[in-house]
Amino acid sequence: MRYAMAIDTLKCVGCSDCVVACQTENNVPIGYCRDWIVEVTDGTYPNLTLENRSERCCHCTNAPCVRCCPTGASHKTEEGVVLVTHSDCIGCAACITSCPYDARYTHPEGYVDKCTFCYHRLADGLLPACVSVCPTKCLYFGDLDNPESKISEVLKNRKWKLLIPEAGTEPKLYFLI
Amino acid sequence: MQRREFLKISSLGIGGLALSGTLLYEFFNSANDETDGELHRFPTYCEICFWQCAGWTHLDKDKKIWKIIGNEDDPHSNGRLCPRGTGGIGSYYDKDRLKKPLIRINDRGKQSFREASWEEAFDLIAKKMKDISSKYGPESMALFHHGSGGKYFTNLIKAFGSDNIAKPSFAQCMGPREVAYAATFGTGLSSPEPLDIRDTKCLVLIGSHLGENMHNAQVQEMSDAIDKGASIITVDPRFSTAASKSKFWLPIKPATDIALLLSWINVLITNEWYDKEFVELNCEGFDQLKQHVQSFTPEWAFGITTIEPDVIVKTAKTMHDASPAVIIHPGRHTTWYGDDTQRLRAVAILNALLGSWGKRGGFFIPDKASLPHHHLPAYPKPAWTWKDTVDGKYNLVDLGLANIMVDASIPKKSGDNSKVIKGWFVVGTNLINTLPNTTHTLKAIQNLDLLVAIDTMPMEITGWADVILPECTYLERYDSIRVNQNREANIALRMPATKPLYDTKPAWWMARELGLKLGLKEYFPFKTQEEELDWELTQIGSSLKEMKKIGVKKIPTPDHYLYIAKGETIEFNTNSGKIELYSSAIDEEGFPAMPVYTKHPEPEDGFYRLIYGRAPMHTFSRTANNPNLTDLMDENTVWINPKIANLWDLKENQYIKLKNQDGIVSTFSIKVRITERIRIDSVYMVHGFGHADKKLTQAYGRGASDTEMITNVLIDPIMGGTGMRGNFVTFITETV
Repeated sequence: MRYAMAIDTLKCVGCSDCVVACQTENNVPIGYCRDWIVEVTDGTYPNLTLENRSERCCHCTNAPCVRCCPTGASHKTEEGVVLVTHSDCIGCAACITSCPYDARYTHPEGYVDKCTFCYHRLADGLLPACVSVCPTKCLYFGDLDNPESKISEVLKNRKWKLLIPEAGTEPKLYFLI
Repeated sequence: MQRREFLKISSLGIGGLALSGTLLYEFFNSANDETDGELHRFPTYCEICFWQCAGWTHLDKDKKIWKIIGNEDDPHSNGRLCPRGTGGIGSYYDKDRLKKPLIRINDRGKQSFREASWEEAFDLIAKKMKDISSKYGPESMALFHHGSGGKYFTNLIKAFGSDNIAKPSFAQCMGPREVAYAATFGTGLSSPEPLDIRDTKCLVLIGSHLGENMHNAQVQEMSDAIDKGASIITVDPRFSTAASKSKFWLPIKPATDIALLLSWINVLITNEWYDKEFVELNCEGFDQLKQHVQSFTPEWAFGITTIEPDVIVKTAKTMHDASPAVIIHPGRHTTWYGDDTQRLRAVAILNALLGSWGKRGGFFIPDKASLPHHHLPAYPKPAWTWKDTVDGKYNLVDLGLANIMVDASIPKKSGDNSKVIKGWFVVGTNLINTLPNTTHTLKAIQNLDLLVAIDTMPMEITGWADVILPECTYLERYDSIRVNQNREANIALRMPATKPLYDTKPAWWMARELGLKLGLKEYFPFKTQEEELDWELTQIGSSLKEMKKIGVKKIPTPDHYLYIAKGETIEFNTNSGKIELYSSAIDEEGFPAMPVYTKHPEPEDGFYRLIYGRAPMHTFSRTANNPNLTDLMDENTVWINPKIANLWDLKENQYIKLKNQDGIVSTFSIKVRITERIRIDSVYMVHGFGHADKKLTQAYGRGASDTEMITNVLIDPIMGGTGMRGNFVTFITETV
């Protein structure tokens, strides 16, 4: 069981619905976010490309944030989901510094917060809020260990890339290109 | 919702990590059906834009509004709301909301109001309406509206004796398209447009930036079409998001679209790439059209549009290859250059030639439904309407033209008060930002005896009102049943998830109370809205009780067909009963029966054409203060090509002011975005920013208003729409 997410950049329109759905679902205070949109333009008029993608914590297999956490607040579940136990977090921000993806922020109440893949919803058989709301259905979520899963299927059949693979963190956020 | 309370729930979830493995297999679904013991959900349909997606308002365990999630049974949204719908809770939590009825105590526009009781506010309005009626006649009362509340005030104004009623969504938006399609196919397209995007093989977008405009189901279906390998062709001077998803992007010189469309028609006919059988069976005027477009070759169009002839031919071939599963998207905001009905006629003609009407992957035949309404006495017949003020123009139009009603509010000669509008109800539309030429709108307002604004938020228009009636948000009220055309007709219920915050009320109640004050009781037969909704639902075999449970109900018409068979002849509601390539109706009005290209003025040296559009997280100017949505985007930027930025020595993120061709300078500064995505002869900005009302604490002074820059309004002679893309701006860098 290894949870992962794939983002189809060919379909994503960068609407930010994933961002606001995450904020309302997880009650992220306004001004903060656990996921965000990146827009990359390349070329000169009129030979241009544009990539939209929805980014969040990569739930790395080799997660520096977990390794460097002095209290064990940052930890990994057996399904590979990286979580922060708020009550154990002392807000030292070592994890924030260690994350190559800038996926963590300090909550106004003092602890570090980030994407959980909506772990509380997974238990009920629900998809993460961002996946379930996305109007373009460009987000895929599921189990990499299950060859029948939709995510295994798209990763098998489509070209994809990782963000900053050279960091060696083995991210589990795949971008379909 | 209180953050602490929620944390308890989530840290429990995170603390208790030992989830049993049996839960964790591929059983995910996208269902949002979360009615566990502590949560509560109430059906609604969204009011943040006109698309009206159905969803559920969820409460947390303290019975406070938590989130809004799409209703899976809704063909409009398929259970997926757009960012605005998801962020709709911000309209409820917005601290700047209107909270009490307000009565103006100083000159108009000075923003001085005092709080009043509903009783006092209604008494004042009723008295002024009666004064207007006795001095000028009841016709001098007018209604401008957008959104759900308008329906109830329409009943009130009609019962009062006036038919001066308009939605800016017509003459400022989709009007030219509706008239063009009616002239061609005998019917407008209405909303949602019956486009079979999910099954199309070729989608052509002309200035339509799906994905940035979040017409929800269409964005969803465009994504489906991408999955299935459809070819998208985007015509836009800007490299829009849709352009980036396209097989062909045609970076057209602005204002030349008709030339491109005519040359496409030329190429289809010259190469016999049109659907001969369909045209022969169902179209009228093909020979005239063929003759008409003979000289509009790709080479001719290249000189005008800057689109290479071989690209014009290749894209036409792509459409032909996909035919009839091809859609030349009819667009929605279509009021551009004043010859808009003709441009949309060209689009309609292309669709007809490709035989996409009534075809899978083209235009489906929408299943329509209607809900019976309780019998009301006949409305008094008004002695005149706005139509009598325009000397026999715009005969192809049935709906009110907001701009003409504004014109009719300014006496033609001073002292001549015949057929003059003296009172406005403005419901859910911020006319100051909706109508072009703000100065003209304000002039009209200064001539009024009464301006009543009904809204949830203080907006520029409420600042000019005599009386402000605060409406509760859509999450706090019932509204009329959403009746929807689609592949299957369907209805949706909106009901309150909570009691209204502050002293706010639904439009239904306001209109009725005013009706009672005006002695119009017989037009308001129900005492409560629930009674009325239940009566209506019972007529179609449902009930309020049932709808509260399900939110959305499909009511398909038996034997309805979505597509017409190959070789089938159908009757169209035009003069000839055929699809009119040559429009007899437009001909009768004295305009060219087939579209012609007209050259439009170009920017002078140092000026750039102002193009405006949409951002996916905002709806016009009405969401600019929504805390959840401003968090995603809190100001607009002006897109400038690097070559031009260089010429002006502009830096990224620098704030500048804009000045238009008439010398109007933007009130607020706007941030520069230097990007290759825009042509050198144009600039682009997202509409709806630059709010001037200080009561909007999030939105005030953020970004600039495009509306302020639109003082050259190009009126469509056929239908009276207000073309807004004939404006040019230059940059003022010294005053920031």
